[in-house]
Amino acid sequence: MSGAGPAARPTAPMPSALRRGLDSWLFQLRGPQPGPIVLGHRKVFILPSSHGVIYFLVLMVMLAGSINYTLSLGFVLTFLLIGLGLNAILYTFRNLASLRVSALHPQPVFAGETAQFRLRVENPTRVDRVGIEAIPKLGDTVTFGVPMNDESSVALRMPALRRGRLLLGRVTLQTRFPLGLFRAWSYVELDATCTVYPQPETPAQPLPLPGGERGEGAASSSGNEDFSGLRAYQAGDSTRRIAWKADARGSGLLSKVFTGRADNHLWLDWHTLPASLDVEQRLSRLTRWVLEADEQEAAYGLRLPNETIDPDTGPGHRAHCLRALALHGA
Amino acid sequence: MNNGALDRRDIAWMTLSMALVTLPHAERLPLWISGLAVLVIGWRLYIAWTARALPRKWLLLVLVAAASGGVYLSFGTLFGRDSGVALLVVMLTLKLLEMKNLRDAMIVIFLSYFVVLTEFLYSQTIPTALLMLVGVWVVTATMIGLQSHNSAMRYQEKLRLSGKMLAQAAPLMLILFLLFPRVQGPLWGLPRDAFSGVTGLTDSMSPGTLSQLSLSDAVAFRVQFQGDMPKPTQLYWRGPVLWYFDGMSWHMGITFEGNPPSYSPGGASVSYTVTLEPHDKRWLFALDLPAKLVPNSRFTADFQMLSNTPIRQRTRYEMTSHTSYRLGYEGLTGFERRRALQLPDGYNWRARALAENMRRAARDDRDMMEQVLGMFRTQKFFYTLTPPLLGEHPVDDFLFNTRSGFCEHYASAFVFLMRAAGVPARVVTGYQGGELNPVGNYMIVRQSEAHAWAEVWFEEAGWVRVDPTAAVSPLRVESGLAAAVPASSSLPLLARGDMEWLRQVRFTWDSLANSWNQWVLGYNPERQYWLLSRVGLDRATWQTLTVILVLTTTLITLVFAFAMLRHLSQRARDPAAVLYRKFCRKLARRGTRREPSEGPLTFAARARARYPNQAAAIDAITDLYIKLRYGKLEGRDAVKELKQRVSDLKV
Repeated sequence: MSGAGPAARPTAPMPSALRRGLDSWLFQLRGPQPGPIVLGHRKVFILPSSHGVIYFLVLMVMLAGSINYTLSLGFVLTFLLIGLGLNAILYTFRNLASLRVSALHPQPVFAGETAQFRLRVENPTRVDRVGIEAIPKLGDTVTFGVPMNDESSVALRMPALRRGRLLLGRVTLQTRFPLGLFRAWSYVELDATCTVYPQPETPAQPLPLPGGERGEGAASSSGNEDFSGLRAYQAGDSTRRIAWKADARGSGLLSKVFTGRADNHLWLDWHTLPASLDVEQRLSRLTRWVLEADEQEAAYGLRLPNETIDPDTGPGHRAHCLRALALHGA
Repeated sequence: MNNGALDRRDIAWMTLSMALVTLPHAERLPLWISGLAVLVIGWRLYIAWTARALPRKWLLLVLVAAASGGVYLSFGTLFGRDSGVALLVVMLTLKLLEMKNLRDAMIVIFLSYFVVLTEFLYSQTIPTALLMLVGVWVVTATMIGLQSHNSAMRYQEKLRLSGKMLAQAAPLMLILFLLFPRVQGPLWGLPRDAFSGVTGLTDSMSPGTLSQLSLSDAVAFRVQFQGDMPKPTQLYWRGPVLWYFDGMSWHMGITFEGNPPSYSPGGASVSYTVTLEPHDKRWLFALDLPAKLVPNSRFTADFQMLSNTPIRQRTRYEMTSHTSYRLGYEGLTGFERRRALQLPDGYNWRARALAENMRRAARDDRDMMEQVLGMFRTQKFFYTLTPPLLGEHPVDDFLFNTRSGFCEHYASAFVFLMRAAGVPARVVTGYQGGELNPVGNYMIVRQSEAHAWAEVWFEEAGWVRVDPTAAVSPLRVESGLAAAVPASSSLPLLARGDMEWLRQVRFTWDSLANSWNQWVLGYNPERQYWLLSRVGLDRATWQTLTVILVLTTTLITLVFAFAMLRHLSQRARDPAAVLYRKFCRKLARRGTRREPSEGPLTFAARARARYPNQAAAIDAITDLYIKLRYGKLEGRDAVKELKQRVSDLKV
């Protein structure tokens, strides 16, 4: 399966070929770009908002009233408000133009969690920006402002539904400031990807035994070998192996794990999983095991159908394994 | 944000701006509407501050229905200007109780702008304009607040931005105001009460009509003379001519519009421009006697000038008059004679008897007139603003009992006696006199100058103007009302003679108001035509105007767009860099030029070697600059210090 990005675009009301043409010609969208993207004058679009249309209609009524009653000050007021409306076009446009937008790659998350993308919006101009909305394809709209000669970091939270790569996709930046009569907007499509790890299986199944044995429900039976680490206490663990010192420190009940032979590594192996599990269930279980093994600071290796990661420990190794699980089949 | 709920600050701004734009209406609206507005505003603020729920829909419906019913009861109708405004204010107020999101708030904003417009139905003076400008300013700031409430703009910033945007809209407003093709209204029917409340002369006169009017400071019209001003005793501004007496009041009777009677002018003519305030009647006032017609008007047979439509807006016209003339000397028709001698039966017996006695003693019609005027002059008749009430036979009562009255009493009694003695006579009302404004060099004629006099017809001489008031109080005609009545009288403040400084202030103010009237309020199709012909656009059709309008509007918008967007390409300048460049320039003038490849430190080393006695200063500047530019140092003080050091540097 391919990168489980955001769900397919909502069905466009116009033929997709036309839409693509518009995207590339008018909106200057040519696929994700590394950024920063400058919101140049050609990239910012502006149209009256629904309030702007009502405002215009109210002004027409006021003009008619002024003519009917020959109200000179009515003309003055109406024309002043017309001027104000036209002025609002420039202000609204300026509120968005010339910003520089770039995206940071977000921290990986597990499926079912929320990915947090970060847009960096720089304002190299001498005009404060107020009331700009960033609208991702999925997830909530975020409103922000950027003072002059400053930058803002905008957190866009997007639900990570499936494992794989979550693309930021197109983000609409829009503003109605200052009067709400016009909406200026620009589309940015930045090259930002969040890696979504598979969801860890719950409830957790016990880790397999080191040495490739199946260790369903059993603690390591090895005797007084070399101490290799701690893991959460499981029912059936010998009380002799409980790490009382750790308990006294308030870490909860932990069992000491010993490894007899140096080469007797913990292998998290795709192929040894029950045949009844499907692909996603297998990845889910392996993910949980990676987390557990990492927590116990045990050296573990990962065996996937087309990738094998040698046993190791540490956060780098953990990320490597989880990434392999996330992108399995991609 | 655009579907966002409103926060407290928004609610406070909304109520403030709403209160500001409806406040001037309060003096005209029934008291209960102001009370309702105060209650609703209080209620809405209470809801916002205690985070309670808005009232339920059914309650709102009940309130709306009750308030509409209240408006109907107060005005007797829901249509028309006053009730329409009342309804608008009530609905705007109640909308506050329903307002929960941005959409509602924007509707309140737009309605607020509309309320500002309705204010101009009642008053378009300079103070009103200023007050409403403040209203628009605050309403616009409120609108800005609605769009920015996530970014915590302070109120000064909102007001500043609002003011700036409005100021930038001003040039466009001016262009549109001057060039927008003006059509003479109305486009549709106006409500009947659209022009109620204007003061002025009417088509009838009874005791008290004019003395009531003379209490008003309101301006009737302003006059700009071309050339010399006529003498005060010639300043009779002709208005309604009254023929028919019913025993109590005088009426116009039947008027004949059409062919004006001919008259032969004597002496020079006077040319002037009148700017007439709207009075909702058809009279166009001119000095006795007008020599020409205003466009779209007619003369009546007795030389009233009547506009074809009631004067409902300030009207400006050029006029020429002959202050000495002979009118109607060819003779009277039988019908005219009958009308000029009409008297009601059964009233004022004593006055009739008096007239018959005088008639017998008089040699002729002129002598008869002299006798009546002599009676006013020699016997104890008083001129007063507050005449006592008259009984069932007002002329008798006045001539024999009270003997004190205002101009209408004298004109009425005089014409009565003349008619009773068989001399054709009629009452003419209008204005007498006027006050010269030395600041603007024009004349102001106020309602307090309303006057009534008489015209008597003599064989061969024709109609002759006779002012019986002048017989009683010559000062009234020569120097105005203030001189003619005792100081304790309840004269309008502005008609009094004392307080010279106050008069000066008032003249300046009226002169300003006059220019405002002429150029802002009186800017009509004619003025527009005149202005365009001044810039060489004779015969500009509305098509031409539209083209010019679109072009200039586009031009202005483009200039603004350029100015504003150019702003974007200007990078914010680092003050430290600016100061450092200044430092480099200073040294460059002495011959030590910084090479493009040279860093600040290497440049400093070179400069130090060249100017050893300034080494410390050069080092300090370089150090400060590097710290400000690339280092941790920040803040205004450091920049200040750098600035000080750079300007102190002497090489």
